[in-house]
Amino acid sequence: MASVSETASIRRRGAFATFIIRLFKEKPLGAAGAIIFLVFLFCGIFADFLAPYGMNQISPLNRLKPPSWQHPFGTDNLGRDMFSRCLYGAQLSVIIGFCAAGLATIISVVLGILTGYLGGRFDMITQRFVDAWMSFPDLIILIVVVSVLGPGMPQIIGTLGLLLGIAGSRIIRSAVISVRENMYVHAAQSIGARTPRILWRHILPNVMPPIIVLFTTRVGTVILAESGLSFLGLGVPPPAPTWGGMLSGAGRTFMFQGPWLALAPGLCLTLVVYSTNMFGDALRDLLDPRMRGSR
Amino acid sequence: MWSLILRRLLVAIPTLFLVMVFVFILQRMLPGDPLLVMAGEERDPVVLEELRKLYGFDRPIPVQFLIWLREVATGNFGASLRTGAPVTELIAQTLPVTIQLAVASLIIALLIGIPTGVLSAVKKGTWLDYLANAISLSGLSIPNFWLGIILILFVSVNLRWLPASGFVSVFDDPVEAFRTTIMPAFVLGTGLAATLMRHTRSAMLEVLRLDYVRTARAKGLLESKVILKHALRNALVPIVTLSTLLFGQLLAGAVLTEQVFTIPGFGKLIVDAVFNRDYGVVQGVVLCTAVAFILMNLIADVLYIVINPRLRTT
Repeated sequence: MASVSETASIRRRGAFATFIIRLFKEKPLGAAGAIIFLVFLFCGIFADFLAPYGMNQISPLNRLKPPSWQHPFGTDNLGRDMFSRCLYGAQLSVIIGFCAAGLATIISVVLGILTGYLGGRFDMITQRFVDAWMSFPDLIILIVVVSVLGPGMPQIIGTLGLLLGIAGSRIIRSAVISVRENMYVHAAQSIGARTPRILWRHILPNVMPPIIVLFTTRVGTVILAESGLSFLGLGVPPPAPTWGGMLSGAGRTFMFQGPWLALAPGLCLTLVVYSTNMFGDALRDLLDPRMRGSR
Repeated sequence: MWSLILRRLLVAIPTLFLVMVFVFILQRMLPGDPLLVMAGEERDPVVLEELRKLYGFDRPIPVQFLIWLREVATGNFGASLRTGAPVTELIAQTLPVTIQLAVASLIIALLIGIPTGVLSAVKKGTWLDYLANAISLSGLSIPNFWLGIILILFVSVNLRWLPASGFVSVFDDPVEAFRTTIMPAFVLGTGLAATLMRHTRSAMLEVLRLDYVRTARAKGLLESKVILKHALRNALVPIVTLSTLLFGQLLAGAVLTEQVFTIPGFGKLIVDAVFNRDYGVVQGVVLCTAVAFILMNLIADVLYIVINPRLRTT
């Protein structure tokens, strides 16, 4: 028994290693994206240990200092270290990005698999609901929901998850429809396998590639959307150091005196979103050639 | 062709109905009872009851929905709870501003997106293709509002070339309109250009493989003529549809850019309404954008059928 599971794990590690090698060989840009993303993840997870100063540690004597060795990204109007704040900003972005993208992917998968596999009238009715839901511009829904529920992390994660989840269900649905007619699905149906079993054992594993790609690109989308909300003052309320929040409010007023206030958070945002996009593109090309060019 | 168009129209009807239901539910969820505002300071229960009867709030919910539908169908989208101004009037004031911005952005996006898309398809696999791809990805990744802030800091504050904010209509003063619109339009346009470039590239790659392109080359046409006249014309069909969709998204998607450049457009209307807790306006604007979005989708679908010669005979 032990040897069987051992070979299985070796085989799996082999597939993973081949994938990494292919990523670096065929998609250098994607590999670069993956590395940037890992660095960002590392910064986010270990922000408490990496940050030289506290996220809201005020130092009136060091107001609006340009970048230096003590403060690599300079300081803001309250003398807070921008480098530390950007690190903590990464932490918030990791949490919101992963939670909301995770929620969105789960919703997409459940909705996509059910509508795609069951089809028929159920699918037709659900699709009209999806149509109607998608007629509302994303940012407008976000603004309205946050203004009703009040700003805060759970509200943002929930709304972004629902929003992107419903939109993404279409992608999973079309993948399921193309898998549904395969011989092995018909075989499972004919030997009397129950629907939940077919969905779990036969459909889900075969639509895994688009699910992985969807999740990866969604992380970037979520971070971008959250920064927009924070910029409008509807994100995680201050003094939480979100990247979008740092670019608005007091930060924006003092940018004329200290342009580095605008540079650091914006560059962090761009770099992280860029890396998820590059990595997502590479993943799509390697894992799922069918989705190429679909965005 | 007509049956295809008719089918698209029929599909849009349930979507429109569901959108109305969503907005109606939203209206119920939003805080701020318009009747309480109308009843004034005292909130006399007798007056409230009268108002409730007058506006049909004592009737069953489905009946209320129908009453509201009738109002919307006759052009009454509600009113501001603060100033009492009808939402349609507010929209009529702000929409032209956003339309000017959207048109300018789309022009910039098309001017950047289509040539780079064609170029990277023709030079597929070369460093030019990779460069175009890397740049287009950055167009998708840079937050609009941040690009706006950087442009303001650099172009307006440092170089003093262009005004940092404000809006002038192209019908009042074309030169000043150009100066105020070009920066926000560039900010919005770069993101769209990236999307357009990617779609142009994949559409071109699809078309360049086809037999008739090989025939055109075989009969000795200039390569530029093959690409621009034979290939691009067919690749443009999905691009036209996409542009219509993007235009629809721009109308509501300019929220952040309008905020950065303090442009009194449609996006600023909704953000201000949210911050003023003016839910009458919020609800009216949500309804209006959703309906506009469905219409733009419909136009895009119909346009696709009309300009696609292959679908004309069916």
